[in-house]
Amino acid sequence: MASPLPPLEEHPFLRGLSPEQVKAIACDVREVSFPAGALLLREGDEAHSLFLLRSGRVSLELTVPGQGPRQLESLKAGDILGLSWLFPPYRWHLDARAVEPVEAFALGAACLRGPSPEHPVLEPALAMRLLRQLYERLERVRMQRLDVYEAAR
Amino acid sequence: MMPEPLRVRSLRRETADTFTVSLDVSDRPGGFPFQPGQFNMLYAFGVGEVAISISGDPARPGELLHTIRTVGSVTEALRRVGRGGRMGVRGPYGRPWPLEQARGLDVVVVAGGLGLAPLRSAILHLLRHREAYGRVSVLVGARTPEGLLYRRELDRWRADPRLKVLVTVDQAGPEWKGHVGVVPALLRDVEMEPSRTVALMCGPEVMMRFTVRELERQGVPDSRIHLSLERNMKCAVGFCGHCQLVPLFVCKDGPVLSYDRLRPFINLREV
Amino acid sequence: MPEAVKERFVLSVEGLEALLVALRGDGWRLMGPTVRDGAIDHAEIRGVVDLPRGMTEVQEAGTYRLARREDGALFGYSVGPRSWKHLLFLPKLRLFRAHRQEEGFQVEPESTEPPRLALIGARSCDLHAIAVQDRTFLEGPYKDPDYAARRERLFVVAVNCGQAGGTCFCVSMKTGPRVTSGFDVALTELLEGGHRFLAEPGSERGAALLARVGAVPAGEPDARAADAVVERTARSMGRAMDTTDIKELLYRNLEHPRWDNVAERCLGCTNCTLVCPTCFCSTVEDTTDLLGGVAERWRRWDSCFTLDHSHLHGGSVRHATRSRYRQWLTHKVASWWDQFGTSGCTGCGRCITWCPVGIDITEEVAAIRATDGARPGA
Repeated sequence: MASPLPPLEEHPFLRGLSPEQVKAIACDVREVSFPAGALLLREGDEAHSLFLLRSGRVSLELTVPGQGPRQLESLKAGDILGLSWLFPPYRWHLDARAVEPVEAFALGAACLRGPSPEHPVLEPALAMRLLRQLYERLERVRMQRLDVYEAAR
Repeated sequence: MMPEPLRVRSLRRETADTFTVSLDVSDRPGGFPFQPGQFNMLYAFGVGEVAISISGDPARPGELLHTIRTVGSVTEALRRVGRGGRMGVRGPYGRPWPLEQARGLDVVVVAGGLGLAPLRSAILHLLRHREAYGRVSVLVGARTPEGLLYRRELDRWRADPRLKVLVTVDQAGPEWKGHVGVVPALLRDVEMEPSRTVALMCGPEVMMRFTVRELERQGVPDSRIHLSLERNMKCAVGFCGHCQLVPLFVCKDGPVLSYDRLRPFINLREV
Repeated sequence: MPEAVKERFVLSVEGLEALLVALRGDGWRLMGPTVRDGAIDHAEIRGVVDLPRGMTEVQEAGTYRLARREDGALFGYSVGPRSWKHLLFLPKLRLFRAHRQEEGFQVEPESTEPPRLALIGARSCDLHAIAVQDRTFLEGPYKDPDYAARRERLFVVAVNCGQAGGTCFCVSMKTGPRVTSGFDVALTELLEGGHRFLAEPGSERGAALLARVGAVPAGEPDARAADAVVERTARSMGRAMDTTDIKELLYRNLEHPRWDNVAERCLGCTNCTLVCPTCFCSTVEDTTDLLGGVAERWRRWDSCFTLDHSHLHGGSVRHATRSRYRQWLTHKVASWWDQFGTSGCTGCGRCITWCPVGIDITEEVAAIRATDGARPGA
């Protein structure tokens, strides 16, 4: 941890955007940190931020009655976390737990969505990047769903 | 073509359905030499034969190791042979991992589930000749933490500064502190120069196809992506015809095949 | 291509009998064509008496019927249901026996002394088929010891075809009808102007045998008559296959809708693979006696048309009939080239004749060629 963490515009999610675009997207930005074990998001809580992870690892979890929390996927430095602020009712529908101490940027959802909460107007660059993240996550989920290690049984 | 009965020196449980068997080759002059990636046909008396990769250290031919998953009658019978009993062995067969051609290059080892078994020999070779290779990364995936092979050794490799070892599982409870997700997602954290990287891969075919796509996206040449394939095999020497993949006999042209040879066929259905 | 008249002899029917007697006397078992179960089959024969004199057959897709011919020809047919494959690559072969012992078991290898066989009446397509199987069993990194032993103990009396069957296409596959290699003696049956044979030695022992049985040098007219027989056969092929770039054609049409079309007709019965003289797939069976003291491992013919052929724990790789027919045909005329440097098809036509629904390999290849590049649903 000798080298300092890169600044906001160097985060892979924003890298390559113009200073104006970064400014438009990150009009409300905070640096946040979480100790290992802390919840970054809790299912049902208000979805207020998009997290850009800078260090550490986060586990997306869903609690299954009788089985306790199940880890669905790990996210780490360079990933983004939390998209439930995009659409009403703006509630997290998963838990996200810091498996290791986590440093992140939290971008305020209200400003990301734009002036009118009912009709969000996303910065086009932001929209494309979100879409790409979602698509890659969909690919991963598809593969996970195939349960490839067991498929041969 | 005759199996040679070899005594089971030890039998160790790896996961719920896999075990590693060590066969006594002390009566053979020179032990049982093999190259990483090759396989043997193991015979259970009166039940049948099955192709199983050799998992031992190629520099130590005095120890013959196989990790076997019990999925059918033959593998179940092999498990029941037990310590002190004998199983028949013939081999080694097949083309090995291209470890000579990989010299001087970065190496990414990608193992899914039981796929770590044929790659263990390659990893041990890479460690023994570590100075001959560039950066060496080992990506390991399994369904659950309990499904990971060689867990103690994985921990040792993880602590070894000469390797970058990344482990992921598809599903885990809260006690698992490692990564959860699919294997190709780990590639992002691998340090390599794609145009000078060799990938060695073994695991479920779907996992390998997804991983190949990610490697291609990053710029690793097709001819340097090597997959170890699994097909039905009866003879292991190109006679029985069972393991054909269009022009290829997986037993003698493989099991390790470079992706440039596989690409025309591997995405076709039911070839 | 006509050859020099030198080294060509004439043999009477009696001379042929003398040749067969001489072979038997030298310890060769004669395997030749004989009428059996409504077909001309290859089986052990005693001499000319067992040959299918005056018999021929009518072959078409899905059809085989014996018929009479008036000229008393001894080899007046094309090919029967069986090539010579079953004599070299046994349909069922014990690979070893293993005996349980106090500690484990001991393996007892098979020690067989295969018979010395003289193949009588072998046709060019079937001799090519033997050469094709040699590449599989003898010319790779491993040799099949049983096949090798049987292969070494062969004497071949070949016959140039005097007629083409309705499903023959050796001319397309460049495997006939003239015998060009792999024989000790080659005969051409001449029926006009007296029943006799033009005989050519293909080896020193073949030449020695002809000399022993009193074959006399052939005159120019007999040599020309024999050439005319083969040329007439070559002109009357029942089928043809355009083999231009056939490997590339099939490789680029692995998703052609014709595979679905043929799958609707194919019963997956495995007949084509059983009658094919080059198909080499086999599987193994392991057995034990009732007490579990003795185990045996048997190899038997298998077919890529069975589901088990591509079975992996959990399922079959080639589940659909479409995939299995595609595997067979593509292997036969395309991937065989990559594997063995030759076609796996000799144009013998057996797969067409013996297909219960009359699927015709030449027709399937032609259909794909006619719509090269078609895609499902297109």
